Amino acid sequence: MKFAVIVFPGSNCDIDMYHAVKDELGAEAEYVWHDAESLDEYDGILLPGGFSYGDYLRSGAVARFSNVMKEVIKAAEAGKPVLGVCNGFQILLEAGLLPGAMRRNDSLKFICRTVELKVENNETMFSSAYEKNEVINIPIAHGEGNYYCDEATLANLKENNQIVFTYNGTNPNGSLENIAGIVNEKGNVLGMMPHPERAVDELLGGADGLKLFQSIVKQWREAHVVKL
Amino acid sequence: MSLSFKPSPEQLKAQKVYKEMGLSDDEFAMIEKIIGRLPNYTEIGLFSVMWSEHCSYKNSKPVLSKFPTTGEKVLQGPGEGAGIVDIGDGQAVVFKIESHNHPSAIEPYQGAATGVGGIIRDVFSMGARPVALLNSLRFGELDSPRVRYLFKEVVAGIAGYGNCIGIPTVGGEVQFDSSYEGNPLVNAMCVGLIDHKDIKKGQAHGVGNTVMYVGAKTGRDGIHGATFASEELTDQSEAKRPAVQVGDPFMEKLLLEACLELVQSDALVGIQDMGAAGLTSSSAEMASKAGSGIEMNLDLVPQRETGMTAYEMMLSESQERMLIVVKKGREQEIVDLFSKYGLEAVSIGKVTDDKMLRLTHQGEVVAELPVDALAEDAPVYHKPSREPEYFREFQAMENEIPAVEDYKETLVKLLQQPTIASKEYVYDQYDYMVRTNTVVAPGSDAAVIRIRGTRKGLAMTTDCNSRYMYLDPETGGKIAVAEAARNIVCSGGEPLAITDNLNFGNPEKPEIFWQIEKAADGISEACRTLNTPVIGGNVSLYNETNGTAIYPTPVIGMVGLLEDIDNVTTQAFKAAGDLIYLVGETKDEFGGSELQKMTYGKIFGKAPELDLAKEEKAQAQILKAIRSGLVASAHDVAEGGLAVAAAESLIGSKGLGADVKVTGNTTSALFSESQSRFLLSVKNENQEAFESLVDAALIGKVTDAPVLNISNEEGLLLSEQVEVFEQAWKGAIPCLLK
Repeated sequence: MKFAVIVFPGSNCDIDMYHAVKDELGAEAEYVWHDAESLDEYDGILLPGGFSYGDYLRSGAVARFSNVMKEVIKAAEAGKPVLGVCNGFQILLEAGLLPGAMRRNDSLKFICRTVELKVENNETMFSSAYEKNEVINIPIAHGEGNYYCDEATLANLKENNQIVFTYNGTNPNGSLENIAGIVNEKGNVLGMMPHPERAVDELLGGADGLKLFQSIVKQWREAHVVKL
Repeated sequence: MSLSFKPSPEQLKAQKVYKEMGLSDDEFAMIEKIIGRLPNYTEIGLFSVMWSEHCSYKNSKPVLSKFPTTGEKVLQGPGEGAGIVDIGDGQAVVFKIESHNHPSAIEPYQGAATGVGGIIRDVFSMGARPVALLNSLRFGELDSPRVRYLFKEVVAGIAGYGNCIGIPTVGGEVQFDSSYEGNPLVNAMCVGLIDHKDIKKGQAHGVGNTVMYVGAKTGRDGIHGATFASEELTDQSEAKRPAVQVGDPFMEKLLLEACLELVQSDALVGIQDMGAAGLTSSSAEMASKAGSGIEMNLDLVPQRETGMTAYEMMLSESQERMLIVVKKGREQEIVDLFSKYGLEAVSIGKVTDDKMLRLTHQGEVVAELPVDALAEDAPVYHKPSREPEYFREFQAMENEIPAVEDYKETLVKLLQQPTIASKEYVYDQYDYMVRTNTVVAPGSDAAVIRIRGTRKGLAMTTDCNSRYMYLDPETGGKIAVAEAARNIVCSGGEPLAITDNLNFGNPEKPEIFWQIEKAADGISEACRTLNTPVIGGNVSLYNETNGTAIYPTPVIGMVGLLEDIDNVTTQAFKAAGDLIYLVGETKDEFGGSELQKMTYGKIFGKAPELDLAKEEKAQAQILKAIRSGLVASAHDVAEGGLAVAAAESLIGSKGLGADVKVTGNTTSALFSESQSRFLLSVKNENQEAFESLVDAALIGKVTDAPVLNISNEEGLLLSEQVEVFEQAWKGAIPCLLK
């Protein structure tokens, strides 16, 4: 399986995503610059964290107009796994691939720490390797992670089981219903504020994020089994 | 034609306009003599910034020459953007610390942010990939609303810049004392990695080669920033706000990536950051170091504002700019490379052989000066030095043990002192994990990052106890280096070298100059003994507000090497049953201690003694034991003494406790700040091997009940749940900020 790590001007977790996939997961990965014309050769799309275009105007607001986003949308429509982490999640919201919007953390401060997440839904292509209700430790690092949507959207998210991760215990940013990560209705686009790519090596404090990437690969392998 | 009034050279001299720019009558006369005529307005501006203390070190040079700056591993000492030390396998570590004190006093967010931006550029201008940031901060006491504002905004500014550019802020220190009330200290350190083959220098070689300007456009911000940094702060300093630059970390991220791509090109000859004194210092220094000259057409300089004069362009300190020299004929490659990142690269001049800096603007030569006169010929002052009255009084005092009634209450109170209390409020705002190499995050003695693709790691720290410095700058200087090395050793690293940031008051006052000299003596001696040469740094003088100086604060930034990342050690106790050892001798030393400050509201007496030979021996023994895998945890005993160190080793130990037994005077045993001491824990089965390597006293055991018990021969001295200590330690700063 071959992943594209999309690099916008100002992305800064691209290297972390790349190494998580390549070194720890053992899958193929390539950096793809924001002006790329095609993502056809990739099986999975990763939008890393950072401050794309300086996050000027609003986080992710400029990046959604980037050339490559047309291709990201195409890949999402084709059913390929698309994962947006932190700034990547913000870009997916701005691009309309996921519902809702992001507000500044209720503390109005950037927060970097490892938090507990609860796996609310383990029946997605991103979470199948976890147990339902499993509590995992994943770092966060953001200033605008306070997820919000209107009541109708929230009702939809719940009805379709689209809430994949919630903050367990203390909610660090004030997000609605402790939401940390959601998928689209089809289940192939996941946006999350916590950084699974930062939790793939015990040396750095934990490897609870690895199962997320393993879930993606497992689903891809099952879908690509050659029937004899 | 410019309509703005520009005094003629004769008017400049007659009206002594140069004085407003910070030049003295004598200096003006020297300039007149060097160039053999009267300088014009632009030229005098160039001299005033290049001859400021900030750029020329004219007051500190005699002191800086004391430092040992060479060593077998030193690849680049002071004089370039940053120093470089060999770490084997063709790799090297690049690091430097720099101050942004005065800008931060006036405009704390941007002052701190651009301090971070500037030090990052110093590192990547060497061709290195910046991999970590640290900072050393000093503020007044948090009970003042102005101090709280400065503290919050400085931290937010550092976070805003570092987080956005994607370099982890992994460590540092924050201390509070009323001497910094009007003049906070903001020192930022950057650490980078480089392969030996990629090392670049800021030198303009090759007559006919092209001088190019890359990065952000030039505006009117930061004009005379270097001059402003070289004078005392007063009530009028608020008017200097326009001398503070505005940072754009997104622009710098692009510039960083473009420059790191550039250093791989053989078209590049030299590169230097446009930092303090901007276009002036980068061009004059690059030419002077290479023995060449530079000619620039200022009409070609990318400008953000209209109608800028030559004077304004040359003195602007707009951020995120670099000056590069490239081989003639290869300019288009450079333009293409930068355009990929949406950045400008513009040819603005060429390298000449006449050792002159020649500037043209709107068809006229507006300045023509010898580059060496600007970069090398600033006067060097040997300032008078006088031992202050207070020092003699303090030296005559006997050591006095503060009266303590309740040991537990005292320990809790000490943990709440802002200097000791948890700095989580600060580092929670820093992205210390980005780039996923951070093995030891902020909160332990030193931060550690791994070097991806190798077994190696880098340990790094900043340190300076300015209370000891004030009481006795020579001993304090030794302690600062020794303590930084203790932090590195406790994390499992071997100290390599230091960068220092000499923050002092006005050097024209003999008592202040005495502090600078003595501190430099102490630092130099410690660096020689501990084999950590000074590979670069920064001098920040005139840190005074309305005539009152800060405590002398020469911040030591140290980097160490872990040959095997598996040797990484932290301060937290690891497992019940482990043995607790104390290394070093405890004396009745409270001068400048946290307990003294807390008890009397002031500091006095002698600083703790430091025997460098003993220090060196203890560090070597402990490092050997750590490398042999015999040490479970290591923590240096610092502010607040053994009791605080023990509490800190328990906080974060995940539910462990400790039984500790002390001897001698109880207050000293618990709270003295005697130097060269370490608190270690060792697995039972390693007892014999450990004791054969390290001279240490077995003082207790780690337990599985989360309680700290400290006793002496007569019985229990204190017993309390670790949670109580943790809450006091963690809650103190957030509480003070409410």
